[in-house]
Amino acid sequence: MARMRWPSPRRGLFNAVLRLLLWLSAALTGGLLVAIVCYVCYRGLPGLSWQFLSSAESILQGTAGILPSIFNTLYVIILSLLIVLPLGVGAAVYLTEYARSRRLTAMIEFAAETLAGIPSMIYALVGVILFCTALGLQKTLLAGSLTLAIMTLPTIVRATQESLKTVPKAYREGALGLGAGKWRMIRTVVLPSSVDGIVTGCILAAGRVVGETAVLMYTAGLSTAMQDFSTIQGLMKASGSTLTVALYVYAKERADFAAAFSVATVLLFLTVLINLAASLAGKCLRRG
Amino acid sequence: MPDKTILSAKDLDFFYGPAQALRHITANIPANQVTAFIGPSGCGKSTFLRTINRMNDLIPIARVTGSLTFHGRDIYAPGVDVTALRRQIGMVFQKPNPFPMSVYDNVAYGPRTHGTCDRAKLDAIVEDSLRAAAIWDEVKDRLKKSALSLSGGQQQRVCIARALAVRPEVLLMDEATSALDPISTAKIEDLILELRERFTIIMVTHNMQQAARISDKTAFFLMGELIEYTATERLFSMPRDKRTEDYITGRFG
Repeated sequence: MARMRWPSPRRGLFNAVLRLLLWLSAALTGGLLVAIVCYVCYRGLPGLSWQFLSSAESILQGTAGILPSIFNTLYVIILSLLIVLPLGVGAAVYLTEYARSRRLTAMIEFAAETLAGIPSMIYALVGVILFCTALGLQKTLLAGSLTLAIMTLPTIVRATQESLKTVPKAYREGALGLGAGKWRMIRTVVLPSSVDGIVTGCILAAGRVVGETAVLMYTAGLSTAMQDFSTIQGLMKASGSTLTVALYVYAKERADFAAAFSVATVLLFLTVLINLAASLAGKCLRRG
Repeated sequence: MPDKTILSAKDLDFFYGPAQALRHITANIPANQVTAFIGPSGCGKSTFLRTINRMNDLIPIARVTGSLTFHGRDIYAPGVDVTALRRQIGMVFQKPNPFPMSVYDNVAYGPRTHGTCDRAKLDAIVEDSLRAAAIWDEVKDRLKKSALSLSGGQQQRVCIARALAVRPEVLLMDEATSALDPISTAKIEDLILELRERFTIIMVTHNMQQAARISDKTAFFLMGELIEYTATERLFSMPRDKRTEDYITGRFG
């Protein structure tokens, strides 16, 4: 019969301390998030009014307003995703499904990894030189979106590749066995099964777009005036600050911290909304 | 009545890189009969089945020599349209693999792939195929439901219906019942006996009783060689080769 062994007091103490430390790190992680959200809301919510959300800043009346920035933000998210999605998904499909040469694939993947690690300030410089100056787009939301599209490209490629790899071989064989060509198999069976991963990539990309300041300050401008989104020309020429840039402008240039915190509150809600919308879209796409 | 040959292999060799998986396979497979391939794991029976619809093309290091003809035309000749070939030679896999779509879309996948878009025509094909696969009554009220919500046995019959929907001449079944329960297996065996009248069926099976029950001819493979290939009754009652006898009496495998 095995002898019962009681833990020694020292081991008991060690276990208790360890458990406390682990609990502390978990509590700190959760607590920090709650604290930040609470503090931002505490400072920002009082300044939130319908007028603040639904109008542009007025220097004559001395009122702050962020409607243009909300529109700018949504416009930049949509436009940069529209640009990056076909590019990123296309690149991922090529790399995972078509590329024959292992070395080429490895090189492109390495390049994408490296791109993902480059500080955004460098993208900002490239955007200024390439899109604003060389291509003559000037400081516009279009130039900003193009730059952000390049910046988020690795995210989309990676996420899509990962989910393409998880599509069961049985689905592929089933389609090919029925006489489907490769592209038809990819379009009708493989891509629909990878929607989850692509949507995840989009959430991450949208998150980076919402959070990006440096790139947009240099490529999209700082204006807080309302832009014209009703015509193609207006869309091409629109130039101004997204919410994060507006936050910077209010905090740094106007030293209006009440407004800055209100913008921050709106940003928090927007982030939650994007996440919800994306997961909803993913569910719908999977069902259809 | 002499058998009409639909598929014919002559000195067929198959390599995975340097490893030879099939050696000098020579066999004529008759139309409108059930032919079973038996043998221990790794004997090459599945590999041979997959050379027939060129599923092995997916493996980059695979290489085939010798000849394999379908209606007298070489399957591996340059310029053969593989998608057209796979339309004529359908396949059912070991594990049920319905696509994550509705039952209807699963069965309509093949016809749509080959250009049938007319709703009424598709409806007719889907119903015919599901009836032929003996699953119509079980799914007729849930055609729009996901095929993944069905039981394993039902899924496999939907997969058979999906294969039948492109009106193939030959149906390859790669251990199509090995992942199923006995009742589903019995249903699919009955189905195979019915389908024999309209299709040529070639099945790989691990289950010798199954081969004995439903096949007309049986081929015994061992280490990449075709050891014996003859009428099922004969192979199981008086095998010519000692190795066949050892296998069917359960001495190895």
